Amino acid sequence: MERMQQIVGRARAAFNSGRSRPLEFRIQQLKALERMVQEKEKEILAALKADLNKSGPNAYGHEILGVLGELALAMEKLPSWAAPQPVKKNLLTMRDEAYISYEPLGVVLVIGAWNYPFVLVMQPLIGAIAAGNAVVVKPSEVSENTARLVAELLPQYLDKDLYAVVTGGAPETTELLTQRFDHILYTGNTAVGKIVMAAAAKHLTPVTLELGGKSPCYIDKDCDLAVACRRITWGKYMNCGQTCIAPDYILCDPSIQSKVVENIKVTLKEFYGEDVKSSPDYERIVNKRHFKRVLGLLEGQKIAHGGETDEASCFIAPTILTDVSPESKVMEEEIFGPVLPIVTVKSVEEAIEFINRREKPLALYVFSNNKQLIRRVISETSSGGMTANDVIMHSVVPDLPFGGVGHSGMGAYHGRCSFETFSHRRACLIKDLRMESTNKMRYPPGSQKKI
Amino acid sequence: NPYAGLVSHLRASWLSGKTRPMEYRVAQLEALGRFLDEKKQEILEATELDMGKPSFEAFFSEILLCKNELNITLNNLCHWMKDEHVDKNLVMQLDSAFIRKDPYGVVLIIAPWNYPIHLFLVPLIGAIAAGNCAIIKPSEISKNTERLIAETLSCYLDNDCFAVVTGGVPETTRLLENKFDYIFFTGSPPVGRIVMTAAAKHLTPVTLELGGKNPCYVSDTCDVTNVARRVAWGRFFNAGQTCIAPDYLLCTVEMQDKLMPALREAITEFFGPNPRESPDFGRIVSDKQFRRIRALLGSGRVAIGGQMDEAERYIAPTVLADVLPSDPAMQEEIFGPILPIVVIANMDEAIDFINARPQPLAVYAFSCDSKVVNQVLERTSSGGFCGNDTLMHVTLTSLPFGGIGNSGLGKYHGKFTFDTFSHHRGCLHRNMGLETLNTPRYPPYTQQKLRLLTTTFEVKRRGTCTLL
Repeated sequence: MERMQQIVGRARAAFNSGRSRPLEFRIQQLKALERMVQEKEKEILAALKADLNKSGPNAYGHEILGVLGELALAMEKLPSWAAPQPVKKNLLTMRDEAYISYEPLGVVLVIGAWNYPFVLVMQPLIGAIAAGNAVVVKPSEVSENTARLVAELLPQYLDKDLYAVVTGGAPETTELLTQRFDHILYTGNTAVGKIVMAAAAKHLTPVTLELGGKSPCYIDKDCDLAVACRRITWGKYMNCGQTCIAPDYILCDPSIQSKVVENIKVTLKEFYGEDVKSSPDYERIVNKRHFKRVLGLLEGQKIAHGGETDEASCFIAPTILTDVSPESKVMEEEIFGPVLPIVTVKSVEEAIEFINRREKPLALYVFSNNKQLIRRVISETSSGGMTANDVIMHSVVPDLPFGGVGHSGMGAYHGRCSFETFSHRRACLIKDLRMESTNKMRYPPGSQKKI
Repeated sequence: NPYAGLVSHLRASWLSGKTRPMEYRVAQLEALGRFLDEKKQEILEATELDMGKPSFEAFFSEILLCKNELNITLNNLCHWMKDEHVDKNLVMQLDSAFIRKDPYGVVLIIAPWNYPIHLFLVPLIGAIAAGNCAIIKPSEISKNTERLIAETLSCYLDNDCFAVVTGGVPETTRLLENKFDYIFFTGSPPVGRIVMTAAAKHLTPVTLELGGKNPCYVSDTCDVTNVARRVAWGRFFNAGQTCIAPDYLLCTVEMQDKLMPALREAITEFFGPNPRESPDFGRIVSDKQFRRIRALLGSGRVAIGGQMDEAERYIAPTVLADVLPSDPAMQEEIFGPILPIVVIANMDEAIDFINARPQPLAVYAFSCDSKVVNQVLERTSSGGFCGNDTLMHVTLTSLPFGGIGNSGLGKYHGKFTFDTFSHHRGCLHRNMGLETLNTPRYPPYTQQKLRLLTTTFEVKRRGTCTLL
């Protein structure tokens, strides 16, 4: 308890010293982070391999590339993001200065997740630093190699007091959450999201919760099935299905179900070869607990492809389930594994109704050549974000806010949105102390004339 | 759960989609405008009964400012509702990337008693504009206004989508057990915590407009007469019951001496020799609040005012001199017509004093020297800031209105209200063709593919930052 208090206290004192506020300082810290990523690339990739069995080019593409991009963007745009924003004035304020000032919030807490353990800690950290805050980072203990590496590396490159790393599991996080922060960004599951928000409520701390859910993927009869299935296969099975915005399940007409299965099978062979288990590009389930959980979802299901497992290596083959019942276990919770259920629906109306009966997902996907249909699905559903005719990709457009809605979360970040999430937009009106005559009409005694 | 039926009724209306078309939203907003026009007299009367609100003030805050917000919203709704297109990188040139403004669903607006129409209506404008259904919970303390809202709002708005719930703490607690898609709360920090904790159970996002002690620093170089007028106006408006009122003054002992006669003159100019007889000075809303504020008078010494009448809940415009940080008036938000002056040695001491306390909703600084005003601005933190005046920053709808830390989270007014009640959904509509462009991202992963990916996705720095 004392240790947490000390760490947060030091960060707060460092923030109060004011040294994180000048733009030069922030850019210097971001530059140091960039150096860290470049100089320690090998170590980072090794940690990701140890934690999730990610291959080099894979890990680089999914984690390091994104981080470098975010760093470059922040360093380039910071002066324009942080500049005071003049606003439109009215008659009474014509001669005054009116603007929005972007100010740091104070001490920010970033709680990472284990599935993309490096980028999910780094991307929020970049935004928080850019906005001038002190940051306490709590990487996920489940991806322990990356957590250890982050704890070792950050103090070597960044201001030690302003930016601290706390490692540990649920007990340590619970303790950390009793401290007062000025913003908390949490990536993880819905249940813990509620706990984080309740803890934040005690201090009136604003939160950004990046949670999850079952992201639906509707495939229209009118679409290029081969292309659609290739894109879906990529997004579903990357990181062994352990992606918060992976297409969780498919909705499609029964008449195309078997074609969908065939196309995915062909793509799987193209991606991972005949023997998936020996492909260097196919990851593993992160631990035994999650392995058992995903395995349990296969119970009683019609396995159209895959289903092979190996507990010793936490291997689950890319699996497709057909004619899945909406009431089955695999349709109750977010799968977070390489299991793709197909639920058949007779029309887009049925699909929309199906989606709307459930909690709002983090992502939503629709494949169709029909622009009207796509527009309809978008406007009649709600989700954190969405991509039409592809999966995942809305999360890599830097200017799109990335976040959930309802049970999939609240708030958003990425790019400029990160900067704004971690800033206070302070309304500023500077008037002249002279020119009192214009004020006379607002002072008592009131009269109809004045009104 | 006594409100489950009502909430599910509204949710059914929400799911029917009727609040989504722009025409529907415009019609409801125009109905709100008619409410303000047709019920103007009733609003002035109700707020006068509730807290002796002078009709000039009531017209200004409850009618005029609300109509402004309505008109700004109606004038811009079409534009605000449009999808916002964003920049794309190389590979996405043929795609469409945009931010959609989706309504949340069924929202809850909890309003306080001090500006009882304004503080439910302005959030409601944004909630309707964004396409939501809403439950409005006005304060039971301003009971005449509460009755007016409960009885008449339903004559103007679609009752399937908008409802008023009345009651006190027990009713609000039961109401908060239900799942809402957004909760907008204006009130005190302790209740803000309760609301956020209740919201956490359903992962409901919130905006909390709370309060605090808004400091007002007056430097030695200033036009004393004008400062006194502007500060007195902000402090005594609505008998001090304003979340952004200047709560206490910080100045040197010399400035305190200069200010006192100027404040006295301003008060007399505004309210006459006996403010109790002025139609332009309000009353305290309840006996409980009256007794609370009365207890704060044992701070420093009463330099101006101090007279009270419990039957009328009248407290005279009062200025307390030489108040100590340990005095009762400095322990809580005053929310009454009392202005304590705390003497400090200089601007640095004033800034330290402000920073040693929770972040307030507003910080005020008065000086003829713009450098002084800027120093106070830059070295403090608050929801909003106004230099050389009080209250006025919240009348400019292009400025966000909200707190930070203990004074709140989230913001509204103008477009910010619309944005508050919308989910900003990131959307990418891709081309089904050009599949070859996607090849670098697919397994088997190779260094060559990675190089291609890097080239297409990389954000390159255009040049070194000139600040370094």
